[in-house]
Amino acid sequence: MPSATPGDRLFGLALWGAALGVVAVFAWLFADLARLGLGALSWDFVTTAPENAGRAGGIAPILVSTLLILGVAVGVATPVGLGAAIWLNTYTRAGGHAGRRIRLALDGLAGMPSIVFGLFGNAFFSVTLGLGFSILSGGLTLAAMILPIFIRTVEAGLAAVDDGWRRGAAALGLSQSAALAHIVLPAAAPAIGAGLMLGIGRAAAETAALIFTSGYVDRMPESLSDSGRALAVHIYDLSMNVAGGDAHAAASALVLIALVAAANLLAVALSRRLLTRRLAL
Amino acid sequence: MPRSADTLLEPLTAAMAGISALLLIGMIGFLLAESWPALAHGNWLRFAGLAWYPLEGQFGLAAMGIATLAVAALAILLAAPLGLACALFARFQAPPALAGGFRGLLALMAGVPSVVYGFWGLTVLVPLVARWQPPGASLFTAGLVLALMILPTVALLAHAALAAVPRGLLDGAAALGLSRRTTLLKVAVPAARRGIVGGVLLGLARALGETMAVLMVAGNVVQLPASVFDPVRVLTANIALEMAYATDTHRAGLFVSGLLLALLALGLAWFAARLEPRHA
Repeated sequence: MPSATPGDRLFGLALWGAALGVVAVFAWLFADLARLGLGALSWDFVTTAPENAGRAGGIAPILVSTLLILGVAVGVATPVGLGAAIWLNTYTRAGGHAGRRIRLALDGLAGMPSIVFGLFGNAFFSVTLGLGFSILSGGLTLAAMILPIFIRTVEAGLAAVDDGWRRGAAALGLSQSAALAHIVLPAAAPAIGAGLMLGIGRAAAETAALIFTSGYVDRMPESLSDSGRALAVHIYDLSMNVAGGDAHAAASALVLIALVAAANLLAVALSRRLLTRRLAL
Repeated sequence: MPRSADTLLEPLTAAMAGISALLLIGMIGFLLAESWPALAHGNWLRFAGLAWYPLEGQFGLAAMGIATLAVAALAILLAAPLGLACALFARFQAPPALAGGFRGLLALMAGVPSVVYGFWGLTVLVPLVARWQPPGASLFTAGLVLALMILPTVALLAHAALAAVPRGLLDGAAALGLSRRTTLLKVAVPAARRGIVGGVLLGLARALGETMAVLMVAGNVVQLPASVFDPVRVLTANIALEMAYATDTHRAGLFVSGLLLALLALGLAWFAARLEPRHA
């Protein structure tokens, strides 16, 4: 690069300023959350039930509901998404019609606002299927929401599996399903894991799709057909409807951020593993 | 494994793919069916009115629609240039050790739930803005919170696009003796424009479709804002606020606004797909 002109120096300063400004705002946000929430955060906070509408006590039943909703979402989205990704990868030609239409529909689905998923979930799972406000309704709604991103990630992972491995399997006389089960899917396992973690990260962060599918009830759920309050809904309720709930809202936010960050870090680590595995061949 | 598994494999996986794609059609179908009690009246022009009194049969969505567009526009106007600056910083300006950490921070912030941004906006930004321009909960505050929420996404996608610019282009610019500023703004950014615009569109889609972060800081008064410091209610927030007790045509009216949001999102997705290079 040639020596910096005064204009260059000004431009560089502007970039530094923008970046430092953004870092400062995010640091401000985290500092506020920590200031408000760290005092309330303790082992008891995650192991006891909320009292006094959440102003006191903990978040144990809410954590359980959150995990159950995530479990339903992942449990349903995984087989459907795996099947769809396998079909797209194995049976559609690049540029073929059927595959392109389905990918287009998935892109459309991926761009839908979460509140629209909430409306759909309420109309279909809660009312039409009669599941009511339940963990099942919320989980199924989130399954629909994370499906497109999961399919995309897995499809990319399957496409990255070396074709030589498939040909080798065929040459050894393995059936297509055996090759899939023993060679292709294990080779794409990091991508599948990454897709799952991305989905979990998005589902755990979701509020709008859950308020009228899984509902508000903050008791310990006894079955999947009970209503259960997700952590994100808890934060919303504490900050909007409960005066004096800020400390516990901030503490819940810290727990939720940790959960989402862990899922996202795991997703990154898994996709890195996929990359190195591919390069090693 | 028996060969019969193979004959099952294609129909089974095709069914899964079909179910996934049918979700979109089913979703639009359910939105239509549930909006029908409100749509069947005919006279669709009443949805273009300003007054939203669903219990008295007034279903004007215009004020909330305009508020939705205004909040999202403000957010993207703030987030797009700032996000691009952050991407340029991380790719070209920052010392390598710092660049990694900065990108990590952006990735962390991209994953922060929107309800957390809303909570922070409500407890910190709203009182701050209220001291300067009461009442504080306003179009301006909502745009600010949304800008913060979508900035990491815009920046990360712009960074990925900038990282994919061929080394040779930058070397060529350097060989021509172009200044650093000219190299970045006139060579690197135009070369990466597809990815950058894609990121901005994704940010816009997230801003238009966001519910919680806006609901918590926008004040939620159904009105045409006279200034950016007026409280407004956006379409998504309206659904979240009223779904709990809406029945009959009121419920149908909310589904009409959901349908409107869905069509808006599909339009954006279609536009973004057109931008992508055609794979032959």
